[in-house]
Amino acid sequence: MSTATRTPPTGTGRPGAPARPGPAGAGADRPPLRAPSRGWALGRGAAWALAAAVPLAFLGTFFAWPVLSLVGRGFLPDGALDLSGFADVFSRPRTWRIVGLTLAQGAIGTVLSVLLGVPGAYVLYRCRFRGVGALRAFVTVPFVLPTVVVGVAFRALLRENGPLGFLHLDGTFAAIVAALVFFNYAVVVRTVGGLWQRLDPRPEQAARSLGASPARAFWTVTLPALTPAIVSAASLVFLFCATAFGTVLVLGGMRYGTVETEIWIQTTQFLDLRAAAVLSVVQVVVVVAALAVAGRARARRERALSLVAPGAPGSAPARPHWAPSLVTGGVLVLLALPLGALLLGSLRTGDGWGLGHYRALGTTGGRNALTVTVWEALGNSLRIAVDATLLALLVGCLVALVVSRRPRARAARRAVGVLDGAFMLPLGVSAVTVGFGALLTLGHPFGIQTDLRSSGILVPVVQAVVAVPLVVRTVLPVLRAIDPRLREAAGTLGAGPGRVLLGVDAALAARSIGLAVGFAFAVSLGEFGATSFLARPDLPTLPVVIFRLIGQPGADNYGMALAASVVLAVLTAGVMALAERFRGPAGGEL
Amino acid sequence: MTGTGSGAGPAGRGAAGRGLAVRDLVVRYPGAGRGAPAVTAVDGVSVDVPVGEVLALLGPSGCGKSSLLRAVAGLEPPTAGAVTWDGVDLAAVPVHRRGFGLVFQDGQLFPHRDVAGNVAYGLRGLPRDARAARVAELLDLVGLPGYDRRTVATLSGGERQRVALARSLAPRPRLLLLDEPLSALDRSLRERLADDLRRALVATGTTALFVTHDQDEAATVADRVAVMSAGRLLQVAAPETLWRRPATREVAEFLGYRTFLAAGRGGASDPEGASDPEGASDPDGAALAVAAGGWRVLGPADPEPGSGTPVRAAVVAERRTRRGRAEVVAVLEPEDARVTAALPAAGAGAPGPGDRVRLAAEEGAVAVVGAERQP
Repeated sequence: MSTATRTPPTGTGRPGAPARPGPAGAGADRPPLRAPSRGWALGRGAAWALAAAVPLAFLGTFFAWPVLSLVGRGFLPDGALDLSGFADVFSRPRTWRIVGLTLAQGAIGTVLSVLLGVPGAYVLYRCRFRGVGALRAFVTVPFVLPTVVVGVAFRALLRENGPLGFLHLDGTFAAIVAALVFFNYAVVVRTVGGLWQRLDPRPEQAARSLGASPARAFWTVTLPALTPAIVSAASLVFLFCATAFGTVLVLGGMRYGTVETEIWIQTTQFLDLRAAAVLSVVQVVVVVAALAVAGRARARRERALSLVAPGAPGSAPARPHWAPSLVTGGVLVLLALPLGALLLGSLRTGDGWGLGHYRALGTTGGRNALTVTVWEALGNSLRIAVDATLLALLVGCLVALVVSRRPRARAARRAVGVLDGAFMLPLGVSAVTVGFGALLTLGHPFGIQTDLRSSGILVPVVQAVVAVPLVVRTVLPVLRAIDPRLREAAGTLGAGPGRVLLGVDAALAARSIGLAVGFAFAVSLGEFGATSFLARPDLPTLPVVIFRLIGQPGADNYGMALAASVVLAVLTAGVMALAERFRGPAGGEL
Repeated sequence: MTGTGSGAGPAGRGAAGRGLAVRDLVVRYPGAGRGAPAVTAVDGVSVDVPVGEVLALLGPSGCGKSSLLRAVAGLEPPTAGAVTWDGVDLAAVPVHRRGFGLVFQDGQLFPHRDVAGNVAYGLRGLPRDARAARVAELLDLVGLPGYDRRTVATLSGGERQRVALARSLAPRPRLLLLDEPLSALDRSLRERLADDLRRALVATGTTALFVTHDQDEAATVADRVAVMSAGRLLQVAAPETLWRRPATREVAEFLGYRTFLAAGRGGASDPEGASDPEGASDPDGAALAVAAGGWRVLGPADPEPGSGTPVRAAVVAERRTRRGRAEVVAVLEPEDARVTAALPAAGAGAPGPGDRVRLAAEEGAVAVVGAERQP
C-alpha cells in the first residue's frame, strides 16, 4: 500500500493548455487513501437493523401482542382452536344489525363527505380570494377535535332545547352520519385540494381550446386526474367512519353503534370476549381492505401526474364558479353550527348566561361525579400527551427513516415494503381492541414486578401506538421527496452516513417533524377508545372525564361537560394551528 | 499529427499507477421485474486518469458513461472489475472516504443552506476564518464573488452550477467527477461555462473525469476524450487526434462525420488524379470521413484544392437556403451518398437540379478513419 503523498503531474496538460500548478494542486494535502476493514459495512448494516428493530419491538409488544392475545382468547378458549365463535356471533341478529349499521354509516358518510368535499377542495385550494387561508384553517378544526367533543357538540346542537332541537334528530342515525361528515369533510378537502392546487392546468386549458365547455373539461380532464386523490381520501374517510368510537358512543347510545362500539359493549358490559374477538377480526379485515385500496390509489397518484408548484401561472381561475361556491358556503355554515352550539351551551347557566360552568371546572362536579377536578384531568392529559408525543415521534421517525430507503437487494426492498404496511395497521385496528388487549396482557410483561396497568405507564404508550401512523404519514413523504443525489452529493463532500442523516434528512424533514409533533399531541389529547380502558380511576384524562360527566344526571354536570369540551377543543385546535405554522411547503398530506 | 491514440494502458503518461485506474469494470443492474433480464450498463471498461489530467467520457445518452462515473464515485457497486487510486483498491472505501468530488447535472445544492453554507459543506475541520477565506476564494474562482449569503432559490441555472462546482472544489478533491454538469443549460451559457470550467480545473490543478454527450464540450474541457458506446470504450485520445483520426466508423459518426469515402477510390472522379488523399489507400482499410456540412461546390474560377483534399463529382438534387446562405443537396457519384454543399459566394451561374458539379471537402472537415489500431 502506498504511503507517499501524490506528486504533481508533469507535462500532462494538453498542448496549448496553461501549465499545471505545482504541489499546491488540488488534493495534494490529502492523506493517502487506505482501504478500511470490512467491519465498516457490517456496522452500517447493524445500525439499519437496529433502526428497524426498535419500532418493531415497540409495536410488537404494545400493539401486536395485546391484539393477538385478545383475538386468541376468543378463539382458543381452552388452548384448542375453536372457530365456533364465528358461527355463534354471526347467528345473532344483533351482530348483523351492527355490521350493517357500520357499513351503512361508513358508506353514507363517505359519499356525503366526497360530494361536499370536492367542491370545497375547488373553492378553498384552486381559487384565490381574500380570507382563503383563514377558511382553510377553519375547515380543519373539526378534524382535529377529539371525537368525544364532536359527539358532545352535536348533542348540544340537536337536543330537545338546543338550537336545532325542533328537528328531533337527537339520537338518530342521521345525527351520527352528520357528525361523521362534520369530522371527515376536512380529510377530503385537504387531500383532494392538496393535489388540485398542484395539478398542471395546461391539460384543462388544452381541452378548453379544443372546444370543451368548462363542465366538460372538468368531467373529462380534471376529474380523472383527481380520481386517485378522491379514492385515497374516500378510503380514509370510510376507515374513520367505520371505526368511529367516541362520536358514535356519545350520539348513538345503546340504539346505534359500530363494530368498534360493539366491541366495547361486548367486553365491558357483557364480558363476552369471544364475540369481541370475532368482531375485532371482522374489523381488521374491513380496515386492511380499505388501506390496501388507499395504498394502491396513492401509488398511482405518485406515478402518473404532472404537477406544478402551487400558485404557478394560470393555475388559479379569476373567480370561482358559483355552484361549488354556494355548496361550500353552505357547508361552512353547517360546520360552524355545532361549534357555536357547544360554545353557547357552555355559557348558558340555569337562568341566564355566565362563566359558571367554567368556574365549576375546578370542582369534581355535582354530587361528586368525578374523582378529580377537570383541571387536574387536563393536567393529566397534558403530561400524558408529552410522553406519548415523544414516544410516537421516536418510533415514527425511525419507521419513516427505514421505510424511506430503497435498498439495492430485492429481499431488503420487500422487507421495507412489508414494514411500511405493518406500521399502518394501528390506524385501522380498533383502539378499543388495543386498549382492552393491553389491559388483559400487559400486567407483568417480561417478568416485570410492578403491575404496568396500575402504574399508568400504559396510557401514553398505547396513545403513542395510535399516533405512530400519523407521524409516519407526515414525515415519510418529505423524506421520500429528497432527491437521493442530494445525499450522494453530501457523501462525495466527505460527509459520513451520520452527518448525511443530520445535515440532509433531518434538516429537510425538520418542518414536517413540527407538524408531526402537533398531530401526535392532538391525537393523544383526544384519544378515548384505548384510554377509557387504561386510565387509572384516580388519573383520568380530559376526554374520559367529559364522557363521565355527560353520563351523569344533572344540568350542571352537562354544562361542565360542555365547558370542558370547549377547553379541550381550544387546546387541540391551538396545538394544530401552532404545528401548521411549522409545516414546510413539502409537508405531507394526511 | 502523430497523437498516441492509446492511453488506455497503464503506461500512459505521468508516473505509472498514479491517479485513477479502472480495470475491466462491469456494472450490471438487476432487471426491473421478476425474471426481467439484467441490464449491463458498463461492460468491461479499462481506463486511466493520471494525476492532473481532465478526461472526458463522451457518448450518447444511455451508453453507460454515468454508471461508470457513479461506480468510480462509489455510489454504484461494481459487478466485476476494480477501481483503484494510486494503486489502492477502492472496493471497500465508502463514498465519503474517497475524497472524490461529484458535480451533478442539476447541481443538487442543499436547499436549506445559503451559497456559502453549500460551498463550506465539505470544509469541516478547518478553523472558521480559514473556511470563510476558502469559500471566498472558490466563489471568486467560479466568478460569483459576494454571493455568500444568497439563498439557493434565488440563483439562475448557470449560477447554481457554478456554486456546485465551487462546492465540489472546496475540499480539494483528489478527483473531481462531473456528470453532464452543463447539459441542463441553454446553448450560449453552456459554451461560456465550458470555457470557465476548463479554466477553473486548470487553475486548481484538479484531476477530473467529465461525462458529457456534447462533442464540443468534451473537446473544450478535456485533455483527453474517451468515446463510449453501449457500455464499452471505443477510443481514448487527445481531442486533436480523435477528430483527425477516429478509430472506427462508429466513433467518426458519433463525432459528427456524415460522409464516408470508400478506401482506395480517393481520386476516382478527379481528372488529374491528384487528390489521392493521405490514408485513403491505407492497406489497413482506412477510409476518409467528411463532417456534415463539410463540402463546397468548386466553381470554375476556384483554385484546384491541395492534394490532401478529397474532390468528388456529384449530381445536384435540389437547391435550398439555410441560415440565409444558398446551398445544394447533391449525390456523390462514386459513393451514391447525399451531401449538402455550400455554393460559392458569387452565386453567378449557380447549378440547378440535374447539373453535374464538382465538390471539394472543406479544410478541417476531413478525418482519416481507422488509420490506427486500438488496443
